[in-house]
Amino acid sequence: MNVDLTMLEWARAQFAMTALFHFFFVPFTLGMSFIVAFFETIYVKTGKKEWKEITQFWQLIFGINFALGLSTGIIHEFEFGTNWSTYSWVVGDLFGAPLAVEGIVAFFMEATFAAISFFGWKRVSKGVHLASTWLLAIGSNLSALWILIANGFMQHPSNEFGFFNIETSRLEMSDFWTLIVQPVAQVKFLHVVTAGYTLASIFVLGISALYLLKGKHKDFAKKSAAVAAAFGLISSIFVAVIGDEHAYEVANTQPTKIASAEGLYVGEKGAPIVAIGIPKNLKATEVTSNEEGFVFKIELPKMLSLLGKRDPNAYVPGLKDLIEGNEEYGIWPLSKLAQIGKEAREDLFKYHEAKKAGDKAGMEAAKADFYKVVWEDKEKGISLTKADLIGYGYFANSNVSPDLIYPPVPPVFYAFHIMVGLGFWFILLFFMSWISIVKGTFENNTLVQKLAVISVPLPWIATSFGWMTAEIGRQPWTVFGVLPTAESVTPIALQNVQATFFLFLTAFVILGIAELKILFTVVKSGPKGAH
Amino acid sequence: MTWAPITVDATHFYLQVYWWIIIAVLGGLFLLMTFVQGGQTLFHVAKDEMEERALVNSLGRKWELTFTTLVLFGGALYAAFPLFYSISFGGAYWVWMLILFAFVLQAVSYEYMNKPNNLIGKNAYKFFLYFNGVIGVVLFGAAVGTFFTGSNFSYDPVTRILQWGTAPDGFNLRGLEAAIDFKHGAWFNLAMGVLLFAMARILGALWLINDVDNNEFSELIERLRGTVKRCFIVLLVALLVVLFGLLTMKGYAYDIHDPTGKVYLEDGKYLHNLLSFGALPLIVFLIGLVLYVWGVLATLKGSNKGIWFSGLGTVLIGIIVISIAGFFGTPFYPSYADLQSSLTIQNSSGSKYALMVMAWVSVAVPFVLGYIIWVWYQMKKGGPITKEEIQDPESHAY
Repeated sequence: MNVDLTMLEWARAQFAMTALFHFFFVPFTLGMSFIVAFFETIYVKTGKKEWKEITQFWQLIFGINFALGLSTGIIHEFEFGTNWSTYSWVVGDLFGAPLAVEGIVAFFMEATFAAISFFGWKRVSKGVHLASTWLLAIGSNLSALWILIANGFMQHPSNEFGFFNIETSRLEMSDFWTLIVQPVAQVKFLHVVTAGYTLASIFVLGISALYLLKGKHKDFAKKSAAVAAAFGLISSIFVAVIGDEHAYEVANTQPTKIASAEGLYVGEKGAPIVAIGIPKNLKATEVTSNEEGFVFKIELPKMLSLLGKRDPNAYVPGLKDLIEGNEEYGIWPLSKLAQIGKEAREDLFKYHEAKKAGDKAGMEAAKADFYKVVWEDKEKGISLTKADLIGYGYFANSNVSPDLIYPPVPPVFYAFHIMVGLGFWFILLFFMSWISIVKGTFENNTLVQKLAVISVPLPWIATSFGWMTAEIGRQPWTVFGVLPTAESVTPIALQNVQATFFLFLTAFVILGIAELKILFTVVKSGPKGAH
Repeated sequence: MTWAPITVDATHFYLQVYWWIIIAVLGGLFLLMTFVQGGQTLFHVAKDEMEERALVNSLGRKWELTFTTLVLFGGALYAAFPLFYSISFGGAYWVWMLILFAFVLQAVSYEYMNKPNNLIGKNAYKFFLYFNGVIGVVLFGAAVGTFFTGSNFSYDPVTRILQWGTAPDGFNLRGLEAAIDFKHGAWFNLAMGVLLFAMARILGALWLINDVDNNEFSELIERLRGTVKRCFIVLLVALLVVLFGLLTMKGYAYDIHDPTGKVYLEDGKYLHNLLSFGALPLIVFLIGLVLYVWGVLATLKGSNKGIWFSGLGTVLIGIIVISIAGFFGTPFYPSYADLQSSLTIQNSSGSKYALMVMAWVSVAVPFVLGYIIWVWYQMKKGGPITKEEIQDPESHAY
């Protein structure tokens, strides 16, 4: 299929833009919905009016953010159809299900109980209201679960839950439960939601610290900060722990992603992590040693092997190995994978031609070859067929460079490292805040207060970079190893994609600025003048 | 090229039917929920700030439910009929993009319009809501129209290459041709858009008459009754055009038992569909229509309960319209460019396994509907929207 590559880039840019805009609001919703529920629970338990005031103030801020989260979210679902129609065609049978479940079990819960939580303060009993606030929080987090199951499938499609059906020429689901509980998706879910809790906690902590610095709303700020610091400390530690687990999953399912994130061109035993460095944008096929890859770098020896393989001396393949192959470690060269993929594609066509001609024997022969096992691990009981590698057929085209098999190193490297660095800073920040709150010195500790205020925008950078690591790092695939991005896009003229790109960009920028202005106004007027 | 039904497996076929029923019910519920969109086009009926805020607050508590129903409608189509999702959304690109754009604007408007420092001012957000009410509903109606009149596409089931429009590199409206190509039923699509818009607007007015305090806002209520009357005339005209079209146009048809699934044109196809199953679709359709008209007439006579009759009527009408588009051997997304590329519930559905899994998940639907109704009742039993509530600083009023 001939795809206009410029159009492909625009379609990607459009999806990236909506995803990033959407994800400014999502993690805030994930965390803030729980924080509001905590405050309301304290209010209902203690019956004290000031806690109601705290609840309503943060709920107001939650609502302002929630609206734009919904707004940017609706395009997201439909963009899979409008701009990635071939993708939807090929994987819809697997990918559509979690999306529909998300709608049924999560979105309605969110929308319905949001109505009580926002408007029902005087219309329902205290208990029903509190339950609704909790259900809103649970609903939000459930929707994250389902969409991340869908994303987990894109990161790690496995023939344990799906297969390529030669008859329908698409991927089909074979085991829904395995799809749900697959570790890649579950770990991702936990990493993302706890990152959301961290982000919302930093926001509440930072705004509270701002009030204390200005000497305003002191009681309000102290109470809010205490809850935020405790929630944030637990969450930020959990983010790091589960992040480590996530990196382990990635290292074992997406070797090109982890190698790009660390600028590892040539595979090594006891591979290091680059703590700080400036990577160059090089072609793996032309690189001969890892030293060439960086302008300068500071390494932590053996850490990548430890992180990725749970063994400090384990071998981690580099980008070059993933292209050229490495017999010693059983890594196939790309050319071999491409050849198998090409054969699978030929079988697919043969099958359908035979079917058209009514040639039953031809159909059977093509089918048998299509599902032929090409690799097997008898001990673990896993195997790969030609059909599983059909996506690699794309790389059999002579005009597709083998260097396209991995993502560009610098953006993935920076995004990953900045995210990790910020993650550690958040733990430190919460730890300092929590200690001073426990000691009762937070009110006067202007250093920690200032650090908290400056840190408010940082978790947004961290979460965005996290997604960039995940999604740029997944390139050149939409479904890793199965469906190339270039074969996922809607065949459409460039101008359409450009026009909608700017249409939505304009809307998001204007609405985003409006949101910030409203938010600043509410924060400035404080809890008393909030409404 | 012909695409035979994926399977002649009976279980698979019943699952496809089951999912099309769910799609029809969701479509019907979405039509009911467009009362929010319809209501959004009635701001001019309010003569002062307080009346306007009554309108905004009444609709503002329900818009998310409409939004979510639309999202689920899309999600269910994706899961159950992925080929439709791919071809319609990727093909009729501009129709869906504009509908989405209208909903993007709506989602922030209630929350932001009455907040200080909202950058673009209250009137801009009012315009967004109006835009959503008109464009969102009319285009959605026109898109439903193409379920009967067909679209301009073909595809190759093996390479999965979709071709939309005649010239791949030339001038291509990507879906918007449905509104101007009169040779291929643009008049019908437009009439369907106008019909849905009139229905939504009337529902919006009926909802407001029911939900806003009738004593405190008696003048607003009277003016809304006037709106109902005027829109009802538009509705009757659009309905006549749509019915005329449905009963006279050649419909797309295939034989569900034919393994090749060959699509052909049939005179009076949709009339036949209405009369199938002992005319059950026609009977339900007429019950829906009577309920709808009953609600309107009762409101004009002074009742404020019209929404319940007209609302239920709308759901029934929606279910039947979507049913006759897809059942009884009818391709629900026909192609006039290449008849054999037309999508039927059989050739566009998910696999048997996926549909079965989703069918189990759909057991949750009555439960979800249950809590929505319960919450709705909880919020409603406190009485209609009053001036006091709007001005209460603790009520999160818009």
